Amino acid sequence: MAQMNMKEAIRDAMRVELQRDPSVIIFGEDVGRVGGVFRATEGLQQEFGEERVFDTPLAESAIAGMAVGLGTQGFRPVAEIQFVGFIFEAMDQMFVQAARMRYRSGGRYHAPIVFRTPFGGGGRAAELHTDALEGLAVQTPGIKVVVPSTPYDAKGLLISAIRDNDPVFFLEHLNLYHAYREEVPEGEYTVPIGKAKVVREGKDVTIIAYGMMVHTALKAAQELEKSGVSAEVIDVRTLVPLDIDTIVASIQKTNRAIVVQEAQKSAGAAAEIIAQINEKAILHLEAPVLRCAPPDTVYPFAQIEDIWLPDPDRVIKYVRKVLEF
Amino acid sequence: MGKTAPQVVHTSDLKYIVRSADVEPLRVLSPDGEVINPDKMPELTDEQLKEIMYRMVFTRTWDERAINLGRQGRLGFYAPVSGQEGTMVGSEYALNKEDFICPGYRDMPQIVWHGLPLYQAFLYSRGHQHGGQIPEGVNVLMPQIIIGAQILHAVGIGMAFKLKKEKRVVITYTGDGGSSEGDFYEGLNFAGVYKLPVIFFVQNNGYAITTPFYKQTAAQSIAHKALAAGIRGVQVDGMDVLAVIAAVREAAEIARSGGGPTLIEGLTYRYRPHSMADDPTKYRTKEEESEWSQKDPIVRFGKFLAKKGLWTDEDTARVREEAKAAVNEHIKKAENTEKMTVPGLIDSMFEHTPPHLEEQKADFQ
Repeated sequence: MAQMNMKEAIRDAMRVELQRDPSVIIFGEDVGRVGGVFRATEGLQQEFGEERVFDTPLAESAIAGMAVGLGTQGFRPVAEIQFVGFIFEAMDQMFVQAARMRYRSGGRYHAPIVFRTPFGGGGRAAELHTDALEGLAVQTPGIKVVVPSTPYDAKGLLISAIRDNDPVFFLEHLNLYHAYREEVPEGEYTVPIGKAKVVREGKDVTIIAYGMMVHTALKAAQELEKSGVSAEVIDVRTLVPLDIDTIVASIQKTNRAIVVQEAQKSAGAAAEIIAQINEKAILHLEAPVLRCAPPDTVYPFAQIEDIWLPDPDRVIKYVRKVLEF
Repeated sequence: MGKTAPQVVHTSDLKYIVRSADVEPLRVLSPDGEVINPDKMPELTDEQLKEIMYRMVFTRTWDERAINLGRQGRLGFYAPVSGQEGTMVGSEYALNKEDFICPGYRDMPQIVWHGLPLYQAFLYSRGHQHGGQIPEGVNVLMPQIIIGAQILHAVGIGMAFKLKKEKRVVITYTGDGGSSEGDFYEGLNFAGVYKLPVIFFVQNNGYAITTPFYKQTAAQSIAHKALAAGIRGVQVDGMDVLAVIAAVREAAEIARSGGGPTLIEGLTYRYRPHSMADDPTKYRTKEEESEWSQKDPIVRFGKFLAKKGLWTDEDTARVREEAKAAVNEHIKKAENTEKMTVPGLIDSMFEHTPPHLEEQKADFQ
């Protein structure tokens, strides 16, 4: 056991898999010699060599496309897109070429690729470094979407993602990288893709969240406890495939729910979660399921970011809306 | 072949690289089938020479039949190839079975001659998943609709061969239009930096649907774009199948021995429309089409073979009959292929079908 923050846990996942599986190969801009702009791959090139962990020229489409080619020849590429906003340069290769490889070839080829990228607001970063773009992936057939919120989950989920024989879009909240440390086992273990987790039990309302918003929800839950509201918090962890059963079980208990996300309100992961709740648990609901999410604007300028993103107060406000419905 | 020092124009203290030396496309045979460059004649036995002719005549006949089948509604999306037999048949012939091909959507002849059964090519055109189920041992990817995407896959596959220390080469094709795509430049650049065993073969047939080459780029030639990536570039007369074979063989040898990538620009012409939804009379002249048909790869090579006593008109007629029969046989096989089901498609999305997709089968059962 060791104390690791999320960045260290992510790095350890890659280390463990590089050691265990010679087909794992890691590349991206600045990930090799220096170990990445967040040092998420620090030391890996030194330990495993330049043929396993290497730097690429500045070209996201080529990074993702090269991963697709390598994936057809028995490699397990872990391709880093330096910041989430740069996935737009790689959309075809990620969301079409990789995501459709198995389908197009009737299974003759597949794409065992992890596309990992930092995202997430609250740090006053430059434009397109922090947008929550997971919704685009949720709408895309053929690619799994994973968003860990803790160091323990990050390591276990990344190991699972690397071992998965299909493409995984793995989003790492950059403000969680160094936020705190917790006990993380050394060596290998997995956290299953496709399973949500109840991270706080409660009986009055279910707060469904992922990424940093899990921590925001937990802060809100603590505050709500003081006024006698018992909130259950679910960390979704995998957006595709979604673990709707865990969510439904919670709603059967609490009868009220909100979904909290950093992404803009409309047409994203929260909307899909609510659509599935609608199909499976409508008769258990005493109130509509609300989305506690920023408005549908472009990601805000740094100076107004903190007001725009959901905070514990806004979560509490939305909880009260469903309680008082 | 290869680079020459660029001319430098001085303007006060600034030095600009304006134009590189012009290149003459590699040619072995004249349009009349005379050997004009014996030094570059590739080593080929008489049997091999006849096989190459066989494939070109077969491909031309197949193309004519495919257009017909398309009009009958028995084929779907189809990109005609007549005129481009020299670049297509020649380049594939120059490689080994274990070399890999990353095709664009017109490059069906290459992948069929590399081992994809013809009926699967027809299934691809008709829009059936089995068309893309490349058999084991056939080293090709499915035809790519997104122009240029295949170039980056070739980079990844070339990287795989290099890392596994396999003496295999990957070739990828695109057209003059494709050479304007970002992925083209990114691919050349990556292959140069990593010194990958990749052959980038651009079939410059003068048009990207309706857009003529001079509107596609201000570059001197597509081969010159190799300079930007610091890799080898060469131009060949794509209507001369022997020149194509010579260039691809040399590029493959260089790649196999660790010498890195080559960009080959094959100058060629497509007699027919871009696809069956296109009308070339709107952007080309009959004069131009006639000019290019004087350089026809099959006529040229046929004359060369006839002079060696290796090919006659009877041989051409025989191959045409064989090709028609094969097309008939394979289109029937394609039409009799088991129909797809939506649950079957659902199961082909992931290795293990997740619960939500499993539920979505209900509408189709």
